[in-house]
Amino acid sequence: MDRHVVGSVTDIPPGGRKIVTVKGRQIGIFRIGDEFFGLINRCPHQGAPLCSGEVVSRLVAPSPGDYRLTRAGEMIRCPWHCWEFDIRSGQSLCDPDSVQVRSFDVAVEAGNAVAEGRFIAERVEVSVEERYIVVTV
Amino acid sequence: MAIATGNRPPIGAIDCDIHPAVPSTRVLLPYFDDYWREHVLRRGLERENLEPSSYPANAPINGRPDWHLSSGPPGSSLAAMQSHLLDRLRPSWAICNVIHGAQMMLSEDLSAAFCRAINNWIRAEWLDRDPRLRASIVVPPHSADLAAEEIARLAPDHGFVQVLLLAMTELPLGRRQNWPMYKAAQAHGLPIGIHAGSSFRHPPSALGWPSYYLEDYVSQAQGFQAALNSLVTEGVFVKFPDLKVVLIESGATWLPASLWRLDKTWRGVRAEVPWLEQQPTETVRQHVRLTLQPFDAPPTEPQLRTLLDQFGSDRMLLFSSDYPHWHYDGDDALPVGLSPELIQKICVDNPLETYSRLKETLR
Repeated sequence: MDRHVVGSVTDIPPGGRKIVTVKGRQIGIFRIGDEFFGLINRCPHQGAPLCSGEVVSRLVAPSPGDYRLTRAGEMIRCPWHCWEFDIRSGQSLCDPDSVQVRSFDVAVEAGNAVAEGRFIAERVEVSVEERYIVVTV
Repeated sequence: MAIATGNRPPIGAIDCDIHPAVPSTRVLLPYFDDYWREHVLRRGLERENLEPSSYPANAPINGRPDWHLSSGPPGSSLAAMQSHLLDRLRPSWAICNVIHGAQMMLSEDLSAAFCRAINNWIRAEWLDRDPRLRASIVVPPHSADLAAEEIARLAPDHGFVQVLLLAMTELPLGRRQNWPMYKAAQAHGLPIGIHAGSSFRHPPSALGWPSYYLEDYVSQAQGFQAALNSLVTEGVFVKFPDLKVVLIESGATWLPASLWRLDKTWRGVRAEVPWLEQQPTETVRQHVRLTLQPFDAPPTEPQLRTLLDQFGSDRMLLFSSDYPHWHYDGDDALPVGLSPELIQKICVDNPLETYSRLKETLR
């Protein structure tokens, strides 16, 4: 496992996403507030480019008609069959224990740490003033 | 050599669907209150045959030849039922489900009055005369408030173990207008029995009126699918988490395919019905039961086992003879190919779990 610098935090605004390629894998990097999450860009159902789907909220109802919007902007909905996945955990809503999308550890590192540490950043210009998104693959 | 077409159920089985018939409207007269007795007499309704046309008298399926009576419709004599069924199969209990025009009447009040009379009649002339009998409460299905009143009136009598509805009524059964019935049923620990049949507000097929009895009869399965889809998707089992529903004379082979479609589609449109947190099949396995006869089983034992595997639960089927309808000969009310363990479940354990009132030995 290596830690790959895939961009600057300013590349992805809150609520945004960026699909990167690391070791030949397409990975969707999602930003929720100031947290970053990584999911493989392949739906476990039939292989659709999951991370290009719509970012949605989790709609729940403890009782019929009692509608509540929760987890605003924390779900990704597959563009093919609309199955929903939790961006934070990769778990599906329809079958959370057995249908999951592979997730990757994503961290934010300061520029000076990136400049001095053991990171793979061949396609990212690193400056010590910036903060960077680092994904472990 | 005779080919085995079925097996005799064990003594002490619980028969979850038998059909006493009202011999004639006139017998109900003592069971109306004064107002409605006068109403019935002024209109001459006691001279009308209010049996639904869903069960044409000459269709062989509606009355086993050796169970026909010298007078009155099959199922209308307690003595005959005792000798044909209760004293032969020796069930612990048998649950009486009366299907009558009362459930189809357009006037909500007349429908309610007839339902009250039928419930009073079944209690006095059947339940009180044979301790093996229990009954479903017949209700006016198009007036949920009046239905809930009737449930509350009779619930204290534990001879009544269920509330009876038809699969096809004015509205899909899951709609919120129907919820007062489910609320009352849950409050009193009574399952909702949904019997094959229609109040004919709509054609029994979604395409329009069928030309033939065969079409009508087979289309009942569509009605059950739609009724079940409605109950699940409207969230009845989320709103009433203790409610049990028994599909009566529904057949069984349509269920796995229908649930597969429901589960598969739910995965993509779950957010439209956000109260459905779990896969619909799980909800159905928890809340829904089906009576056995008429069992539209596939022809071979391996195929039967496949069907039962697809149910994914051995708790769903409940033994029924469907007396006096003709689905088996002799005493062979069980299909062949059921394991002894499953027979015990179907005949005893599952009915006791569904109708918890049966566990009380006294009414």
